[in-house]
Amino acid sequence: MASVVSIQNLTKTYGNGFEALKGIDLEIEEGEILALLGPNGAGKTTLISIVCGLVNPSGGKVLVGGYDVVRDFRQTRSMIGLVPQELTTDMFETVWNTVSFSRGVHGKKPNPELVESVLKDLSLWAKKDNMLRELSGGMKRRVLIAKALAHEPQILFLDEPTAGVDVNLRREMWQVVERLRENGVTIILTTHYIEEAEEIADRVGVINGGKLLLIEEKTALMKKLGRKQLRLELAEPLKILPDSLSPYNLTLSEDGAALLHEYQGEEGDGSIASLLSMLQAENIHFRDLSTRQSSLEDIFVALVGEQA
Amino acid sequence: MNVEAIKSIYFFEMARMRRTLLQSVISPVITTSLYFIVFGTAIGSRIQSIEGVSYGSFITPGLIMLTLLTQCIGNGSIGIYFPKFTGTIYEILSAPVAMTEILIGYVGAAASKGLIIGLIILATASFFVDISIAHPFVMAVFLVLTAVTFSLFGFIIGIWAKNFEQLNIVPMLVVPPLTFLGGSFYSIDMLPPFWQAVSHFNPVLYLVSGFRWSFYEIADVNPLLSLGMVGLFLAICLSILGWIFHTGYRLRS
Ligand SMILES: Nc1ncnc2c1ncn2[C@@H]1O[C@H](COP(=O)(O)OP(=O)(O)OP(=O)(O)O)[C@@H](O)[C@H]1O
Ligand SMILES: [Mg+2]
Repeated sequence: MASVVSIQNLTKTYGNGFEALKGIDLEIEEGEILALLGPNGAGKTTLISIVCGLVNPSGGKVLVGGYDVVRDFRQTRSMIGLVPQELTTDMFETVWNTVSFSRGVHGKKPNPELVESVLKDLSLWAKKDNMLRELSGGMKRRVLIAKALAHEPQILFLDEPTAGVDVNLRREMWQVVERLRENGVTIILTTHYIEEAEEIADRVGVINGGKLLLIEEKTALMKKLGRKQLRLELAEPLKILPDSLSPYNLTLSEDGAALLHEYQGEEGDGSIASLLSMLQAENIHFRDLSTRQSSLEDIFVALVGEQA
Repeated sequence: MNVEAIKSIYFFEMARMRRTLLQSVISPVITTSLYFIVFGTAIGSRIQSIEGVSYGSFITPGLIMLTLLTQCIGNGSIGIYFPKFTGTIYEILSAPVAMTEILIGYVGAAASKGLIIGLIILATASFFVDISIAHPFVMAVFLVLTAVTFSLFGFIIGIWAKNFEQLNIVPMLVVPPLTFLGGSFYSIDMLPPFWQAVSHFNPVLYLVSGFRWSFYEIADVNPLLSLGMVGLFLAICLSILGWIFHTGYRLRS
C-alpha cells in the first residue's frame, strides 16, 4: 500500500530548548488505523501538531499525499482533519455554527446535508442549536469530532479521543471510526488506553522520549513480543517441584495449588506437549488449565521500562 | 486565495459581534451623547465658534475618531486574542488558509463593525448639532483607512497580548490621551507653542485634523499630510504583521 503520510527524520526543539522529537521516521499507509502509544510527554501531540501545521518542525520533513506540510500547506491541510487533545470550544457558539464554520474555514462550500449527517452520526442532532457551554464534556468531544469531519478529510488525527468519554460514546466513536475506515479514511489516534489500540488499530507505534521505539502490525507484534502463560490448577497441592520438571520454565504458586508455565508465543506447542506428558509421568494431576496471552499493555510497559 | 475561508471567518466574526452589538453600540452612543450634552450644549454655548464652526460641530469629527479608534483596536484585538485564549485557534492554524487570509477575515470584520458604529455616532451627533460634510468622499476614505489601520493595530495587540491586562492596556491607557491631546476638542492653535510642537508627534492629531477637514475644511495640518500619516501608520502595521507571519510569533511554536 502507498504511504499517505511520510515522516522523515523529524525533529523538534521547542523555544525553551526542550527536544521533544529526536528524529522520527514513520510511514503511514493509506486506509490504515494507526495507534500511537506513549507515556505523558512522549511527543505524540508534538508529532501530530507538526503534521497538522500547528507547530513548525525544527528538522526533517513531512509529506502528506506527496506534498510538503510546510511548503504546500494548502494541499496537505485540506486533506487532514484534527481532533485535538484539549477540549477547546467557542463557548458562546451553537453546535451548528461551529461545525459549519469548520467546513468553511477549510475552503469547502456550505453543505447543510453533510453537516446534518455528521451531527446525526455523532448523536448531536438534538443539540444543534445549543450553545457549546450548555453541553457536557463528552458532547463537546463529539463536537470536536464533528468539526474535524465537517470538511470530509482523507486523513483523521484523533489525539486521545477517548479521554473523559463514557463507554457508550466510546463504542459510538469506534463505530464512526469503523465507517470512516470503510470509506478509505486513514486514521491516526493516540491513546493511553492500550485496550483501545488492541481493539481497533491495524498497526501500533510506541513513542517515548521523542523517539519511535517500535512500529509494527498489531497481530505480529503481539505474536512476536507477547508472552504466554499456561496455568495448571493442581488436583493436589505440591510442596516442591520435582527435579524432572526443572527444564521447563515453571513456577509454583504460593499455596502450591497451581503451576505456572511461561513461554514465548512462537515456540508454543512443542514445550507444552512435552510438559504435559512429563506431568503425567510424575503422576501430577490437574483439575483445570488456562492460558493467558500478555496484552499490549505488558509489552508497552516492558518497552518503556527498558528505555528508562 | 481561499475565499470560502475568508468568508467563513468574516461572517463568523460578524455574527459574534451581532450578539454583542447592543452593548457595543449603546455604550458609545450614550458616551457620545453625554459629550454633546456637556461640551456641545452646556459648555459649548459659552465657547465661541472656532474658525466659524460652532463648538459642538467642531468636536464631532474628533468624537467619531475617538470611538472608531477604540472600537477598531478593541474588536481587532479581541477577535484574534479570544481564540488564542480559548485554544480554538488550533482550527484556523490547521486549516488550509494563509495568514493573510486570516488577517483579511478578522480585520475586515473588526473594521466593518467599527465603521458601523462610527456611522451611528455620526447619526447621533446630527441630532445635537449642525453637521455639514464638505468632502464626503474624502471623509469616507479617512473613515475606511483609519478603521482598517487601527483594526490591524488591534490584531497585532491581540497576537502580542498574553493576558487580558495586556489586551486592554493600549485601548484604555494609550488611545484616550492621544485622542484628547490630539485636537479632538480644540484647535491646536489654542495651545502654547511648546505644546503645539509636542502635538505634532501625536499620530491622532493628523487623523482628527484631516477628518475634520473633510467636514468643515478647517485643519490643523495639511489634509494631504494627514492622509500620508495614516498611510504611514498602515504601512508600519503591515510590516509588523509581515514579520509576525513570517516568524510565527506567538502563534506557532
Ligand atoms: N509549547 C511547548 N514549549 C515547550 N515544551 C513543550 C511545548 N509543548 C510540549 N512541550 C514538551 O514536549 C514534550 C512532549 O509533549 P507532547 O505534548 O508532545 O507529549 P504527549 O506525548 O502528547 O503527552 P500526553 O500523553 O501527556 O499528551 C513534553 O515534555 C512537553 O513538556
Ligand atoms: Mg498529547
